[in-house]
Amino acid sequence: MFETVIGLEVHVELGTKTKIFCGCAVEFGAPPNARVCPVCMGSPGVLPVLNEEALKLAVRAALALNCKVPKESKFDRKNYFYPDSPKAYQISQYDEPIGTNGYLDIEIDGEKKRIGITRVHLEEDAGKLNHSPFGDVSLVDLNRVGIPLIEIVSEPDLRSPEEARLYLEGIKAIMQYCLVSECKMEEGSLRCDANLSLRPAGQAAFGTKTEIKNMNSFRNVQRGLESEQVRQTRALLAGETIEQVTLRFDEATGLTSPMRSKEDAHDYRYFPDPDLPRMFLSDAYIEERLREIPELPDARRARWIADYQLPVYDAGVLTSSRDIADLFEQAVERVLDAKLVSNWIMGDVLANLKAQGIELRDTKLTGALLADLLENLKRGGISAAIAKDVLKHVMEYGESPSKIIAAQGLAQISDEGELAGIVTQVIAANPKSVEDLLAGKDKAIASLVGQVMKATKGKANPQVVNRLIGEQIQAIREAR
Amino acid sequence: MNLSIEDVYHVANLARIAISEDEAGALVHDLGRILEYAETLQSLDVTDVQETSHIGVKETVTRADEPRPSLGTERAVANAPDEEDGQFRVPAVLEGASS
Repeated sequence: MFETVIGLEVHVELGTKTKIFCGCAVEFGAPPNARVCPVCMGSPGVLPVLNEEALKLAVRAALALNCKVPKESKFDRKNYFYPDSPKAYQISQYDEPIGTNGYLDIEIDGEKKRIGITRVHLEEDAGKLNHSPFGDVSLVDLNRVGIPLIEIVSEPDLRSPEEARLYLEGIKAIMQYCLVSECKMEEGSLRCDANLSLRPAGQAAFGTKTEIKNMNSFRNVQRGLESEQVRQTRALLAGETIEQVTLRFDEATGLTSPMRSKEDAHDYRYFPDPDLPRMFLSDAYIEERLREIPELPDARRARWIADYQLPVYDAGVLTSSRDIADLFEQAVERVLDAKLVSNWIMGDVLANLKAQGIELRDTKLTGALLADLLENLKRGGISAAIAKDVLKHVMEYGESPSKIIAAQGLAQISDEGELAGIVTQVIAANPKSVEDLLAGKDKAIASLVGQVMKATKGKANPQVVNRLIGEQIQAIREAR
Repeated sequence: MNLSIEDVYHVANLARIAISEDEAGALVHDLGRILEYAETLQSLDVTDVQETSHIGVKETVTRADEPRPSLGTERAVANAPDEEDGQFRVPAVLEGASS
């Protein structure tokens, strides 16, 4: 049968405040053409000047992807005519990119696989075209022109759509950990084009590849590639040849279809941009960027599994985003019960975020606050039911759990004298459940515990309540 | 180096410049002269000269990542021949440009 060969080109928007060559602010969702100036609009006579932060982030990203970063690098002009580029060229890098020969490890079916990264280069983004549904005009918004990007080009080392998705998720996690980019596919700050070809198993030469664009989510990258894999397999089995074309993925149908493209084969006539001097990267500069790279997800996952005996699954979920990972780390340092912290983050914290469709950074929750809550829970200060409510409150308002518990009188009642009185009342008021229990129907105890919880507004310590009910029922049994 | 009339048409096409047959003929001559001039440079001995794309500046030139005022929509599209909702209106374009 056939072997699938995939390579990805990933564009990542760098998280700078301003554009790469001018001072226009980078702002998602600004009104059309509100964030443009003569430099990014390509007016005659203007001069681009490189944003120092964009260079730093690009070098940091290249190093985090294990690339070699040369001591010198330069910008080139990539010439093409299209209304998304007012200068009629894109400032990019051709033969001296910021990083080369890197790699990223993915884990597939429990095995580690190394995916080569050919190059990482720095460039400016193009504008956005809004095509009229009636087909006769296009509307051009240049806000995106000049936003700094890195393009990460993989080797054709990926062998399945699933591997492609894992690689892309790996890139995203590393970029987020290094604070290079927020990598929001839905906002276009992470974009992915893919090349896919098939070859008979065992054949060394690659088959003809097609390029797939417009896959706008991690799931759609996998879907788009799966669909193209099926299309090419059918064509080859039918004895057809594969044409080298650019395809567009249609999210609605899950299919790929050819894009109309210009007749000219691309001839970009790259040449060094004379307006931008070369970049000189000293050892000290590169050294500094290396120090900015935090512990990356793979290393963190391995450490947590070893140090905290965290299940592999938990470690995977918790490290997939840096914010969540930092939350876990900060909380576990105080609570010292990794599984408890993990359960609460993977359970209630993530569920609350999902329910509201927000990210952790949109809440007021911190590691210290979560630790405070879980310490109260651990020492029996509050019940789990109360802890869930307090957590929601903390996420919204950022108040200290201990203060909320004290102020609202939520502390768990463990005082036996107080609880014994309530249990006696509940037993007297529920003769049916009591008879059931005496008749050996143990499940009836749940109803009595529930009544005690109701009477104490969820604050009773359930272990103590269970024991007290057992004792009082036993006393009744003995009295008969 | 010999430049053919096909080369001239190709370059003109890439640059989106419409040229007449007469102009193309003249350009074969003019561009040929420019290439000859470059060829003269090729005769220099540059064995000891380090290759580079730029000369002069020997350190990275950057600016701080600090926002400056943009033009704003109104001024940005003020000179546009055609405009709609603050966007430049252009003839419909085919898909397939690169980025």
